[in-house]
Amino acid sequence: MKDHVRKPTALPSDANFKFPKSPTGVEGLDEITEGGFPKGRPTLICGGAGCGKTLLSMQFLIKGITEYDEPGVFMSFEEPSDDLSLNVKSLGFDLEKLKADKKLVVDHVRVERSEIEEAGEYDLDGLFVRLGYAIDTVKATRVVLDTLESLFSGLDNQAILRAELRRLFHWLKDRGVTAVITGERGTATLTRQGLEEYVSDCVIMLDHRVIEQVSTRRLRIIKYRGSTHGTNEYPFLIDEDGISVLPITSLKLDNEVSSDIISTGVPGLNEMFEKGGVYRGSNILVSGTAGTAKTTIAAYFANEQCLKKEKVVYFAFEESPQQLVRNMKSIGIDLEQHLKKGLLQIHSSRPSLNGLELHLLTLRKLIREFKPTTVIIDPISNLITVGSVHEVRSMLVRLIDMLKLNNITALFTSLNKQTDDMRPDLAEESVSSLVDTWITVRDMEGIGERNRGLFIIKSRGMGHSNQVREFLITKQGIKLLDVELGPNGILTGTARKSHELSRTVSKLKLQDELDRKDREIERKRKVLQANIDALKNEFESAVEELNVLKHTEELSSKAASNKNTDKAKKK
Amino acid sequence: MKKQPAEWQLLLYIAGQTPKSIKALSNIKKYAEEHLAGKYSIEIIDLLVNPQLAEGDQILAVPTLVRKFPEPIRKIIGDLSNEERVLVGLNIKPLK
Repeated sequence: MKDHVRKPTALPSDANFKFPKSPTGVEGLDEITEGGFPKGRPTLICGGAGCGKTLLSMQFLIKGITEYDEPGVFMSFEEPSDDLSLNVKSLGFDLEKLKADKKLVVDHVRVERSEIEEAGEYDLDGLFVRLGYAIDTVKATRVVLDTLESLFSGLDNQAILRAELRRLFHWLKDRGVTAVITGERGTATLTRQGLEEYVSDCVIMLDHRVIEQVSTRRLRIIKYRGSTHGTNEYPFLIDEDGISVLPITSLKLDNEVSSDIISTGVPGLNEMFEKGGVYRGSNILVSGTAGTAKTTIAAYFANEQCLKKEKVVYFAFEESPQQLVRNMKSIGIDLEQHLKKGLLQIHSSRPSLNGLELHLLTLRKLIREFKPTTVIIDPISNLITVGSVHEVRSMLVRLIDMLKLNNITALFTSLNKQTDDMRPDLAEESVSSLVDTWITVRDMEGIGERNRGLFIIKSRGMGHSNQVREFLITKQGIKLLDVELGPNGILTGTARKSHELSRTVSKLKLQDELDRKDREIERKRKVLQANIDALKNEFESAVEELNVLKHTEELSSKAASNKNTDKAKKK
Repeated sequence: MKKQPAEWQLLLYIAGQTPKSIKALSNIKKYAEEHLAGKYSIEIIDLLVNPQLAEGDQILAVPTLVRKFPEPIRKIIGDLSNEERVLVGLNIKPLK
C-alpha cells in the first residue's frame, strides 16, 4: 500500500523513545494500545451495525476535552447534531455545554442523493474546507469522522471518492490532528470500500456477537503502525458510563500485599491456620458438594467482617437477599442489622442475566463506589453456565486481579461434584490455582449417615492443619468438633458418638473398679482394726485376771500373817 | 411545466481559482445566458475566503452550483461540463 511518506522528524536515538500517543480516556483501551491512539495520525474504527463505533469515537473526543484539554471536532455524516447530543446525554456527556465552551464543534454533513446532481469533475475540497474551518475555530487536535461510507451512498463517482478519501487521510495527517474515522464492516474486507484500513495507522475492529443467547462485545486492534499493542480480542461493555474495555489480565503481578490477618468468623476454623486467620487481600475458595454449608461459611465470613465495621459486598447467584437473610437467621446470624447499617450489600442476580463481562463490570463499579474490603461470590461455579470454562477462567483471572489490586479479601464458593477421592474435579481445578486459600467442605458417608467434614487444601504463605474436622450446624451456628481418633482414623457422626460412649463406659467402669478397691482397703482396715481391738481386749482381760490373782494372793498372805500374830497373843 | 419564476438565484461555491472552478463558472454563465437570459444572478462564493459558509448549504464537493431560488434548493456538483445534466438538475429543461 502506498502510504503518505512523511519526513521523519529528528529520529529518536535514545532507548526511552515512546511513540507519541493520544490517550483515549476509554477505560482499558489505553492499556491495550499502550497509551492510546497514534498522535497526529488517523485511526480507523470499524465494525457492524450497533457495535459502538460512534460511541467509542465520541468518548474519545469528549474525554479528550474533559480530561486532556484537547478540543475536538465531530463530523457526522449520519446523525444530526441534535440527535447526537441527545444520544450521548444518556451517557452523561453534555455536548451542548462543550459546544458553548468552544471546545467542541459538531458538524453534520448531510449527503442527500436526491438533491445532488453530478455534472463533470469535482473534488471534495468543500469538505476539507469545512473540516479545516471547524478545526481552526476550536483549535482542535482531535477529529472524528463518522461514517465516511455515507459519502459513497450519496455520490456516484466512486473513482473520485476513493482518490479524495485517500487525500483526506493524508490531509488529516498533515494537519497533525489525531483523527478517528469510523467505517462499516464489509463482507470480505474490514470496511465496505476496503480502503480506509490501508491508509489508517491504527485499525480497531469492534464486534458484537451472540453466543448461546448471551451477547458479548469485543474489540481487537488489527494494526498499529509503529507500536506494539495487545493483539487479543478484548471484551468491552457499554453502560451508563460509556465504553469500558476489559483487558484479560493486567500484565504485571505487582500488587501490594498485606500481612494483616483477618478472622474467618467460623469458630475453630481460625485455629486451623497457623496465624489464626487468613491474610487480608487474599482470596479464599470454599468448595464442596451440594448441602455442605458453603453459603453458611460465606455468611459467617461476611458477618465477621461486618461486625468489625468493614464493608462487605455479597454476590448471591442462587438466593435472593431476603432468602439469604432468613436462612442465616435460622442459624443465629443476623445479617439484617448489617444491611441496615449499610455495611453489607447483597446483590442477587441470575448468572445468565447478562454476560460474564457485565458481571465483572458490576463488581468493578461496586468496588469503586462502595469501597468494600471484602467481596463474597456465592457460588462462582454458577458463572460457568454463562460461558465456556475458558471464558470463565479468563474472567476469574481478571476478577481476582482486580480484587488483589484493591487489596480486597474475597471469598468464593464453588459447587463441585462428589468424587470418591478427596481431590477436586476439573471445574474446581481451573479456579484453584488462582486462589490463595482453599477450604473444602465435603460429605463423609459411612454407616448409613452423612456427616460434614472440613479441611484446608492449601493456604499460601501460612502453615495449616492437615486434619479433617467434622462440623455441625446447630441453631447456634457452626460448631467445629474436636478431632476424635479411632482405631481406623478420624471418627465422625455416630461412630464418633459410639466411640465417645464406649469411652465413657470404660471410664465409668474404671471409676467403679477404683471405688471398689478403695472400699476393699477400707474393709481391710476395718478388719485389722477389729483384730487389734480384740487383741487389746484380750490383753486387757488377761491383765485384769492377773491383777485379781495378784490381789487375791496378797490378801491371803496378809490373812495368814494376822492369824499367826493372834495365835502368838493367845499363847 | 409550471410558470417560470422571474428571478433565478444561483450560487457557485468554489475553493480557490482551480481549473475546475474556472471551467464551472464559464459553463454556467454560458448556459444561463442561453436559457435564462436577463432573469438570473450568479453569486460566487470562495470557500477559502469564507469557509464558514460551507456548512449552511451543506457543501461537500467543489465546485457546487446551488439553485437558491426558485425552491426547492437543488445542487449540482462538478465542473458542469455535462450540459444536459446541468439543465435537468436546475429544472430548466424537463427530462425527455
